[in-house]
Amino acid sequence: MKKIRLSIIGFGVIGCGVAKVISKKREYIKHRHGINLELVGIGERNGGIACEDGIDPIEAYNLAKTKEMGKHPCWKEEMSGINVIKEVNADIVVETTPTNVDSGEPGLSHMMTAFKNKRHVVTSNKGPLAVAYKELIKTAEENDVQFRFEASVGGAMPVFNLVRECLQANKILSIKGILNGTCNYILTRMSTEGMSYEHALSEAQELGIAETNPSYDVEGMDTACKLVILANEILGMDNTYKDVEIEGITRITIESLKLASDKGYTIKLIGEVETEKLRVAPRLVPKDHPLAVGGALNVMSLNTDLAGEITITGKGAGAIETSSSILSDVINIAKTLR
Amino acid sequence: MDLELKDTPGQLVLALQPISDFEGNIVSVVHHRDKKTPRGMIPVQVAFEISGEKVSGLINKLESIGIIVARVGEERLRESRAGILIGHIIHSDIRDTIDQIDATGYAEVVDLTMSMPGIDQRSSARLVINATGKVEMEYAVELLRNIAREKDLLLIEPI
Repeated sequence: MKKIRLSIIGFGVIGCGVAKVISKKREYIKHRHGINLELVGIGERNGGIACEDGIDPIEAYNLAKTKEMGKHPCWKEEMSGINVIKEVNADIVVETTPTNVDSGEPGLSHMMTAFKNKRHVVTSNKGPLAVAYKELIKTAEENDVQFRFEASVGGAMPVFNLVRECLQANKILSIKGILNGTCNYILTRMSTEGMSYEHALSEAQELGIAETNPSYDVEGMDTACKLVILANEILGMDNTYKDVEIEGITRITIESLKLASDKGYTIKLIGEVETEKLRVAPRLVPKDHPLAVGGALNVMSLNTDLAGEITITGKGAGAIETSSSILSDVINIAKTLR
Repeated sequence: MDLELKDTPGQLVLALQPISDFEGNIVSVVHHRDKKTPRGMIPVQVAFEISGEKVSGLINKLESIGIIVARVGEERLRESRAGILIGHIIHSDIRDTIDQIDATGYAEVVDLTMSMPGIDQRSSARLVINATGKVEMEYAVELLRNIAREKDLLLIEPI
C-alpha cells in the first residue's frame, strides 16, 4: 500500500469538501488504486494543524464548520498556510484558497513555496493561473514536481485530463463554452420563467449559487480567468486575465431573451478562445445546440483536428463536485510516486 | 437559372462550359433526365455565383449555342445573420444605425423587432442582416460592432 501525505491549504468551502471526500473515499481509493491518502497538514490564514501521524479529516471538517479550528489539539497559530507548506512533510499540497485575479495571492506564494520545497501541487484556485501561468509551470518543472489544476476550470468536468489522456494526438483548434454556473442559472431562470435579472440574481443568492457580492461572476471575470487557463494550458498560449475582452450578463434584459427565443435562440454567457483572441460575451445560441444547457450546468466544446467537435457538460461548482476533480489529480500524481 | 437542353449526349457539358468561361462559380446542378418539357427538352436547374454585369453576356452565349434560358432568378443577399441590441436604441438613433448598414451596398437590415418596456428603460431589438456573401457579412457585422460601441449598445451575436 502506497502512503501519500497531503496537506490542504485554505480550509474554506472547497478545502473542507476535499477533507470530507478524502474521508468518504479513503477505503475505496485504497482498494481500487492501492493508495492510502493521509491528511497531515491544514493551513489557514490565522494558523494551522500539523500532524505527521495523520489528521482525522472529519474532525477537522466539523471544527471548521463551527469555526472552532483553534480547538483542535494540534492547532498552532504560527502554523499558517505558508508555514504548513514549508514545515509539514507532505507529498502533495492541495491549494484551495480563494481566487484573487489581481495578484493571485495568497495562492501564488503558496504554490511557489510548495514547488521550491519539492512538493507536488493540486489546485482549484484560478487566480495564480490567470496571472502567472508560465512562471508557475516553469518553477514546477525546475523543481521536478507535478502541478495539476483540473478543478480550476469547470468544477467536476474533466477537461485538462480529457485532453491529456484521451486527445493526445489531436491539435485543439478552438474552445468555447459556458464556464460559469451562476450566470447560466440566472440566464436560464430569466429565459424560462420571465424573471428580471435582479429577481433571478437574488434567487441564485438565496440558493447559494451566487455569492453575496456576485460581480466577479456576473461581470464575466470568473469566465475570463478560466478561459485564460484553457488557452494557456490547452492551446499553448501565454495570456493573462488582462488579455480577455469581457462583457458580462448585467445588461441582459428579459425582452432580449424573448426576442431571441422567438427566433429559436437562447442567450448564454460564452467564453471563447480562437486564433489568439479571448472573448467573454453573451451570445445567441440555437436552442438545439449542444452548448444550450440549462440551470447551473457548465459545458465546453473543443474543436479538434482529428476528433472533430467534442462537447462535455457537468456541474461547474460545488464543494463535492470540485473535490472529484481535485482527488482525480491527487490520485494521478500519487500513481507516479514511489 | 433554369435551362432547357436537347435530349442528346454532351448537352450538359455544353451548357455548363460558358458559365465557367464567364468566371461563374457553380454551386449546384440538378439535371431532370426523367422529365421533359412540352417541347421535348430536358430541364436543368443551375445555381451559380457570378458578377452581375456578366449575366447578359452569358445568356446571349447560351442562347447562341441552342440552349434555352427559361428563367433567371437573382438572389443577391445570400447570407443572413440575426443579432440582438440592448440599450437606448431609439435615443441613439436607430435610423442612423440601419442607414449605416444599408449604405454599404453589400448588406441590409431586413428585419427589426423592438421591445421597449418603458421610458428611460433600456430597449431590446432583434435585427436580421442579409449580405451578399460571407466576407461582406463579416464587414457588416464589424461595422455594427463599431456602431454599438460608439452608441454604448450591447450587441449579442450568434455563436
